[in-house]
Amino acid sequence: MPSLSVTLLTGRTLRQGQGKEYGKLSDRYWKSVAICEIDPNDLTKLGIKDGKAVRITTVHGSVAVRAVKSIRGSHPGRVFVPYGPWASVIVDPETHGTGMPSFKGIQASVEPAGDEERTLTLQELLHAHYGKPRGSQ
Amino acid sequence: MTIISNVTCPVCGSLCDDLEIEVKNNVVTKVKNACGMGESKFLGYSAHRPSKPLIRKNGELVEVTLADAVKKSAEVLANASYPILYGWSNTCCEASSVGIELAEEIGGVIDNTSTVCHGPSVLSIQDVGYSTCTLGQIRHRADLTLYWGSNPWSAHPRHIERYTNFTEGRFRHSEWHRYLSSLSAYRSKKRVERACKLAEEIHEATAETTAVPEQPRQLPHSLFEKERKMIVVDVRRTRSADIADCFLQVEPNKDYEIFQALRTLLRDDELQVDSVGGVPVEVLEDLVDVLVGCEFGVLFFGVGLTMSEGKLRNIEAGISLVRDLNQYTKFMIMPMRGHYNVTGANIVSTWQTGYPFAVDMSRGYPRYNPGESSVVDILSRGESDAALIVASDPVAHFPKKAVQSLVESPLIVIDPEMNATSLMADVVFPCAIAGVEAEGTAYRMDRVPLPLKKVVKPSRAFLSDQEILRRILREVRRIKKKTAEVVANG
Repeated sequence: MPSLSVTLLTGRTLRQGQGKEYGKLSDRYWKSVAICEIDPNDLTKLGIKDGKAVRITTVHGSVAVRAVKSIRGSHPGRVFVPYGPWASVIVDPETHGTGMPSFKGIQASVEPAGDEERTLTLQELLHAHYGKPRGSQ
Repeated sequence: MTIISNVTCPVCGSLCDDLEIEVKNNVVTKVKNACGMGESKFLGYSAHRPSKPLIRKNGELVEVTLADAVKKSAEVLANASYPILYGWSNTCCEASSVGIELAEEIGGVIDNTSTVCHGPSVLSIQDVGYSTCTLGQIRHRADLTLYWGSNPWSAHPRHIERYTNFTEGRFRHSEWHRYLSSLSAYRSKKRVERACKLAEEIHEATAETTAVPEQPRQLPHSLFEKERKMIVVDVRRTRSADIADCFLQVEPNKDYEIFQALRTLLRDDELQVDSVGGVPVEVLEDLVDVLVGCEFGVLFFGVGLTMSEGKLRNIEAGISLVRDLNQYTKFMIMPMRGHYNVTGANIVSTWQTGYPFAVDMSRGYPRYNPGESSVVDILSRGESDAALIVASDPVAHFPKKAVQSLVESPLIVIDPEMNATSLMADVVFPCAIAGVEAEGTAYRMDRVPLPLKKVVKPSRAFLSDQEILRRILREVRRIKKKTAEVVANG
């Protein structure tokens, strides 16, 4: 299975901002943050199309999100995941004595997700990574 | 139907205070002047809210009375030996004030979201100071705006329109019409390019291209002629970069080097390399000319600097560059604060404790040592034994290691809506939304306080977060008094 070494960046997008204000449990939020923007040429290298699931892995964790073809410029080797629970499981908790973890510029690898894999919903993600079976309202 | 004008938007640090809200039967029906995020907040706030406080019983969150939820929370907090109180940036200053009182009472650590946002900026500013001003000054006077590691079009959507290049200032004209013309020309160019590409594809087999667009070897000449200029420096092209007069794409984690290279060039020293951080030295030389040549420049920096390698040292280098520039011209620097009242959380914390964030009250007096007393570090070390989260969602935004520690101990959440942290919590208080259902005060990113308006009555008679905190504080004091009496009586 093809795999790419990339630099992971996380950050704000307008859609993520709208989704969080509309409601963290909404489908709109999930669709805006459980994604990964990838350079079109990198998508070709991975042999997948826009909208398919990819697995991003760092030394801190691994998560499957939906691949989105980046529309702005060429940035091979750099992938972008909006802030949110999906990005948080793969970022670097090291604060270097400042209180601030490293959310940007993290070494990662990206590969197409397995046939059985899909992007987890918020409740599924919390259950998978933090264990406790938690009910929602 | 009522129309409420001059409403302050409780979403981002720009704190736009020109919104018009149309209310019909206590429901917001229309929002004018807001960005997409502001509109979503005012129109969608009622969608995901529990109707009553919740307590976890047998693994499920079940509805309880407010008194029961207050009692349970007070017991958890009063009995905890090292609780953390976190959040505070998405609510008003008055709530922060009560939160600090509560932290002092229970000997906890109180920290706000700047710890994972502009905390390193605060540390740098404490180290070296900074020259800054209000956004009003920038609106009327700035002829050069530099956004570094920041994407205002997405994170602060009206920042450019209200405070920088697209606003009509007293001494500076708006670049909005010029931008529209250039946008129209750009679209025509793209259409022609697409047509050419299509023609090529028909005649030739498409060959995979991995070419990275080369950085230009100099800045566009038009940049030197414009009255009001905007430059974006970032690790990837963003919407803000699209509208800037010039975009410099830099390598991730190389901001410190670029700032220092600019300072070197500013001193007329030579660089013995071809490029720094992916930017050709010729471009950096041009950039220095633009920076020195402006009459009033401002450097807005985002979390692109605080969250990548170097952290507070990046900011220190940025501030130093601005200090050097002030020997030649007038230059200001300002952090692009994210949450609408994260500045207020810092200010209230400083009033009451002497420190802006990461304040440890466990010894009975405030101590401040980010890295030790900041919540991500405390959680990563597994030291806290209870948590109160107010108007924040750390389960969604903290690194996994910290979240694993957070959800192991009793977790209390006060938030208007359900979020990832509420789903993992043991006690959940729905509350009125500051700036929509409750009044209060918030500080804009330039430290100007603005009033938050109440545009509708709280649905289901929710109390404000400050009132819920007051009740918890009262109950904690009652429990502690009772415990002290039991100890005194043997």
